[in-house]
Amino acid sequence: MKERLVLIGNGMAGVRTLEELLKLEPDKYEITVFGSEPHPNYNRILLSPVLAGEKKFDEIVLNKREWYQQHDITLHAGSPVVEINRVKRKVIAADGTEAAYDRLLLATGSSPFIIPVPGANLEGVISFRDIHDVEQMLAASRQYKRAVVIGGGLLGLEAANGLIKQGMEVSVVHLMETLMERQLDAAAGAMLKRSLEENGMHFLMGAQTDAILGEERVTGVRFKDGSEVKADLVVMAVGIRPNIELAKQAGLYCERGVVVNDTMQTYDPRIYALGECVQHRDTCYGLVAPLFEQAKVCANHLAELGYGRYEGSVTSTKLKVTGIELFSAGDFHGDEQTEEIVFQDQAGGTYKKLVIKDNRISGAVLYGNTVDGAWYFQLMREGTDISDMRESLLFGEAAHLGSSGHGGQSKASAMGDEAQVCDCNGVCKGDIVKAITSEGLFTVDDVKAHTKAGASCGSCIGLVEQILANTLGGDYSAPEAKPICACTDFTHDQVRSTIREYELTDKQAVFDKMDWRTPDGCHVCRPAINYYLISAWPGKAEDDAQSRFVNERVHGNIQKDGTFSVIPRILGGRTTPDELRAIADAADKFNVGEVNLTGGQRINMLGVKKEDLPAMWAFLTERGLLSGHAYGKALRTVKTCVGSTWCRFGTQDSTGLGIKLEEMTWASWMPHKFKMAVSGCPRNCAEATIKDFGVVCVDSGYELHIGGNGGVKVRATDVLCRVTTEEEVMEHCAAFIQLYREEARYLERTAPWIERVGLSYIKKRIVEDVPGRKALYARFLESQEVAQHDPWTARAKGAEAHEFTPIKQIGE
Amino acid sequence: MSAVMSEKWVEIGNLDEIPKLGSRVVRTASDEIAIFRAADDRVFALSNRCPHKQGPLSEGILHGHRVTCPLHNWVIELENGEAVAPDVGCAKSYPVRLEGEMILLAI
Repeated sequence: MKERLVLIGNGMAGVRTLEELLKLEPDKYEITVFGSEPHPNYNRILLSPVLAGEKKFDEIVLNKREWYQQHDITLHAGSPVVEINRVKRKVIAADGTEAAYDRLLLATGSSPFIIPVPGANLEGVISFRDIHDVEQMLAASRQYKRAVVIGGGLLGLEAANGLIKQGMEVSVVHLMETLMERQLDAAAGAMLKRSLEENGMHFLMGAQTDAILGEERVTGVRFKDGSEVKADLVVMAVGIRPNIELAKQAGLYCERGVVVNDTMQTYDPRIYALGECVQHRDTCYGLVAPLFEQAKVCANHLAELGYGRYEGSVTSTKLKVTGIELFSAGDFHGDEQTEEIVFQDQAGGTYKKLVIKDNRISGAVLYGNTVDGAWYFQLMREGTDISDMRESLLFGEAAHLGSSGHGGQSKASAMGDEAQVCDCNGVCKGDIVKAITSEGLFTVDDVKAHTKAGASCGSCIGLVEQILANTLGGDYSAPEAKPICACTDFTHDQVRSTIREYELTDKQAVFDKMDWRTPDGCHVCRPAINYYLISAWPGKAEDDAQSRFVNERVHGNIQKDGTFSVIPRILGGRTTPDELRAIADAADKFNVGEVNLTGGQRINMLGVKKEDLPAMWAFLTERGLLSGHAYGKALRTVKTCVGSTWCRFGTQDSTGLGIKLEEMTWASWMPHKFKMAVSGCPRNCAEATIKDFGVVCVDSGYELHIGGNGGVKVRATDVLCRVTTEEEVMEHCAAFIQLYREEARYLERTAPWIERVGLSYIKKRIVEDVPGRKALYARFLESQEVAQHDPWTARAKGAEAHEFTPIKQIGE
Repeated sequence: MSAVMSEKWVEIGNLDEIPKLGSRVVRTASDEIAIFRAADDRVFALSNRCPHKQGPLSEGILHGHRVTCPLHNWVIELENGEAVAPDVGCAKSYPVRLEGEMILLAI
């Protein structure tokens, strides 16, 4: 018989846990759900748009009744549970319904805090918590004119904004002098107040409510100083308190919330709790992102996988009021141990404050321009050392990277619905907003899957995140450490360290050791695991062709029509008439569709049929040409200028050095593609300052550059150091590549990798730690012993022949 | 349906001619058919064209009973050729079976 799981609380946290659990163990439990509201699970954070008249209730339902039926879940909606009997292990609802449990999940949420003043129970005094409250507010707005909202926090301001949209005159009463003081400092709060006043909102600041006035229905509000305002509707939005009565009554240990451990268990291990009703490591959360992180962990434990742990969340906030851009995260007030970096432009309506502690961001407040909110939040959660970018930090990610390349839009809220967000796939802002609300999306990955926005080059991801935040409020944030893919909860770093620690040498061992959810992974995790295996154990781990993307399996670049391109290696960009003749003859002989010159000083032959590849490679390799690996996550090209041999400005033999570098590094597999260049003088004709590894020759030697990129986001290199001999260039180059091979995540280019770990770290490993550098250099050469074989020559001689021929031809 | 009337089973090769989690194609006068071999040695046959932009499914990465198209990462069910949600579309599927080690395809 199946175990019985009972969920009390049919809201976002509880149902999300069920969804996560069903993904892991669809058949483990017989599930029963009790909800006090008579509705299926809906998206509570979209109540503001419903109030503002931008959405209907049906549009914010997340799980329709059919969903419960599909998964054989018994739903008792409108049936609040009044008792938990822990001895008999059953719950009892107000209508007498009983359900026995083996495991119980409490997700009872929170209730609005009603200030205990006279008149708080008059007709027309309501809170802002559920769809019933919204319906009451909408009904009142049709009959009455004057509304008072008590509470100038996130919820209060969203309620006030909605009521203004419904045509009411709204005054916001706030006890403190700063609006949203839990999310904003005084400066940003004042700017927010001014913009809201421009939208027609009135404020009574520093006002303490003394009584709600009226006989039957509310007529006004009186304050401690004796002053009064008239009101036909009063909305109390001063805060929420966890619903813990049921848990308390059942004898579970509670403080402010139901106290839970890192696996979301209460003091009774059969009973789990999560969401707004819990207190975890002394914190109660009222935002969605933490609930979702808790749901993942709780589901993991309910499925008896037992490796998930919830260690608390760092949250960020956005205000869902159209036209207002506001972001805050972390500890933005600061103390004696913190420093502040501030940018303030009152007239332009922009304010940015970063709070720094020990060279790390510990809090941020942005007003007016929030485009970099997600970036700061990421730096904060990852604890990135910002000392290398301190000077440009406040000007955002684009300024820090030198220039952002493609893309001009940076303010999602200023964009119209028809404005294009994703230029690769032609997705407009309106499409994204619609998908978020109608499909119930919460993460950037969800948006990518449903709309394709950001699914190609990824340069619009920041914009997509902003749209997501503007639509849902700020707490959408992705979990701190992202798993590789949906097959696992483990991250890239965890997989890699497990491979090393347990000396795993094939993918099956990884799947077994790390409890993969799928029998053989997916197109995302398999190539990554294959790379981690072969880079950790060169020669020992077998390279799995079926885990390689087609380009690396077939050693050519697949084109949109299914043909391939052939790009021979031209070392250092220097070629000969014989090589050119061989390429020309091959192009004729194999009817290539087009010949063009690449940006990396090579020649590309396009439109080659797959079955012609081995013969074409035989032709080319017999004439001394090798695979250019233009298709791989590998060393691509070493671009050079002609250098001191010919150029009147040249300081060193840049072409010769480029050839040596390419001879050392070709055929080396890496986390992503890797490009190099050597310029003969600081005029830098080979564009070495936008390469992964660049050399700029100077009169006294060589200046070494790392982490440049000319693609989606242009990034100029950082200078690593200067050296005086070619041998030193080779050693530094190989050591840098090896560090990148060993430590960057699969599909992470050197630019974002250096952003993540910091230039200081790379310098420490490559420049300062001389024995460490020599060891990296030695490991690179050792790996090349295994890797440096030309794949074209092997296949021209018949290797992997099955790859290139049909298994059968039937008919013509 | 006329396809059923004229359907005939053709021997196309041995199971071990296709790598596990790999694919090879059969060419006919009218179509190119991708034959897939899953890790559990089940075989599937689909028209070698992704319903999205006609990418060659035989070049994709196989996982479970699914293949990811190499062009734009659409995921296709090998059983029936349907694209996995949220994408929508279908590649034609062909009956295929194993007789011992011999793969038989109905065309």
